[in-house]
Amino acid sequence: MDSATLYVLAAAVLFGIGVHGLIVSAHLMRKLFAINIMGSSIFILLVATATPISGQADPIPQALVLTGIVIAVSATAFGLALMVRMSQETGKATLAVEDEPENDD
Amino acid sequence: MTTEALALIVFLPLLAAAGAVVLPTAWLGLSIRVGLMPLPLLLLIPTLEVLENGAYRIALAGHSAPLGIAWQLDPLSLLMLWLNVGMTLLISLHANCSFRPGQPHAHRFWPLWLLLFAGMNALLLSADLFNIYVTLELVTLTAIGLIALEGKPPALRAAMRYLLLALLASLLYLLGVGLIYGQTGVLDLYLLAERLAPGWLSVTAIALMIVGLLIKAAIFPLHAWLPAAHGNAPGPVSAILSAMVVKVSIYLIWRLWFWGVPEWDLDRAALLLGVLGGMAIVYGSLAALVQQRLKLIIAYSTVAQLGYLLLLFPLASTLAFQAASYHLLSHGMAKAAMFLAAANILRSLGTDRLRHLAGIDQRLPLDVFALALGGVSIMGLPPSGGFLAKWLFLEAAWSARAWSWLILIALGGLLAAAYLFRVLAVVCLHPRRRGNHRHLKRTPDTASLAAMLLAVGAIIAGFTSAPILDLVEAGLPPGLPR
Repeated sequence: MDSATLYVLAAAVLFGIGVHGLIVSAHLMRKLFAINIMGSSIFILLVATATPISGQADPIPQALVLTGIVIAVSATAFGLALMVRMSQETGKATLAVEDEPENDD
Repeated sequence: MTTEALALIVFLPLLAAAGAVVLPTAWLGLSIRVGLMPLPLLLLIPTLEVLENGAYRIALAGHSAPLGIAWQLDPLSLLMLWLNVGMTLLISLHANCSFRPGQPHAHRFWPLWLLLFAGMNALLLSADLFNIYVTLELVTLTAIGLIALEGKPPALRAAMRYLLLALLASLLYLLGVGLIYGQTGVLDLYLLAERLAPGWLSVTAIALMIVGLLIKAAIFPLHAWLPAAHGNAPGPVSAILSAMVVKVSIYLIWRLWFWGVPEWDLDRAALLLGVLGGMAIVYGSLAALVQQRLKLIIAYSTVAQLGYLLLLFPLASTLAFQAASYHLLSHGMAKAAMFLAAANILRSLGTDRLRHLAGIDQRLPLDVFALALGGVSIMGLPPSGGFLAKWLFLEAAWSARAWSWLILIALGGLLAAAYLFRVLAVVCLHPRRRGNHRHLKRTPDTASLAAMLLAVGAIIAGFTSAPILDLVEAGLPPGLPR
């Protein structure tokens, strides 16, 4: 098995773990972690596409991953801030379905 | 000259957003003006260029694609840019009442608002798949910040749900971009057509990107986040979210579909998207019919009206393209007008529950009138932009002999009439209407004026279609049947 295949497999496993965590966990912090794990799996995949067949590695995917990490960090920070504010206002950090009083009085 | 003007269209709002954060409150008004007011004038320069010479392309920093990032302005993106600039300015007029500098949330609202504006402009100009990802994130995160702005628990919950789904959507899009880069070595949207051959990997990539964008566009059955988010956001925010933010995701699907992979045989996928659109129309309308809050009715109406924009895929003709673009434009104005009017009603009444609205037309005539005019366009009654868009859709379905789409479009209009007349009936005809509402807070005149201007715009769109439809036709992707 060459290194590119290994990367792709690792990415697939991580992506699966992320999706599972996003769906299964109730706590918002875990959901945000799950999204970050999915993000990392995509970054691994992007790095794998940069793996040189011969000669130099392609710099563009690495630039993309760097940008992607910056975005992931900011989005996570924002998500955490929102979660903290939510738990201050409502006393919990979950999104339960019964919390949606769309139509009641 | 054109290049500089386009750069300013993105950077002026960006600078103004930064200014709104760092400068003292006394300067906030100035930042807002700098970031918004010069934009229509600036947009005139590239408009003349595109009308004369067709699509205009810029290689940023002098690096051309495939290495560099490109911006491309063609007639369709020009139309979208005008729509974004026009709507943002008119809605800002309204926002300037509820978030006047010095008021509690103003110093948080305006930086996000200007950043959203800059992000949308950059998104519409960008021709690079990864750059589009970055601008999409900018648009989504600022939009969610705006929803959560006032910190009320329902809005916070709606914002959180939107954030989780939007991040998932962005990752699906990014995964698609990564797979495409891995195969083709290019990220330029307009180079895909020649480089990306259909195969299981490239089909997966495009499908992932489209699913991501469908989540962001709140297309049934991926719509669950929209009603709470649009229904609980502050008025001007609901207006721009429904009018522009969800639409740019569909605009991007159009781009991918008709410009990115025009050679692929996508008949079955097109049918699937059309069916999703049809289900969105029926489900969204029925859900709007049973809501008890005005803003939720309008939000579910957005879920329904977005469905029409997907009918373009199965119909795929010049007429359908004109119909969909015109629907995008007139629905934007009508929906923004309705959300602003609803915000005024909510503000002066303290609630937007339907049963409290009886007789409100006597106290807030201008807002109810704007709501009704917007409704006329959404229902597709003549003369209005909405009528023209529906008519073009019917014509497109007729000439394609697509009877089921024809019936669906007609049914959608009837359902829209049902949920909107339900509102107007309570407001204007309810027996309890007399003597109600003695203690209303006054809405500022500018706030009602902004709603009214947008509503009148949606009606006028029924008369001034020719130049816009010509513009759309000039920007059509190659190889589309009449």
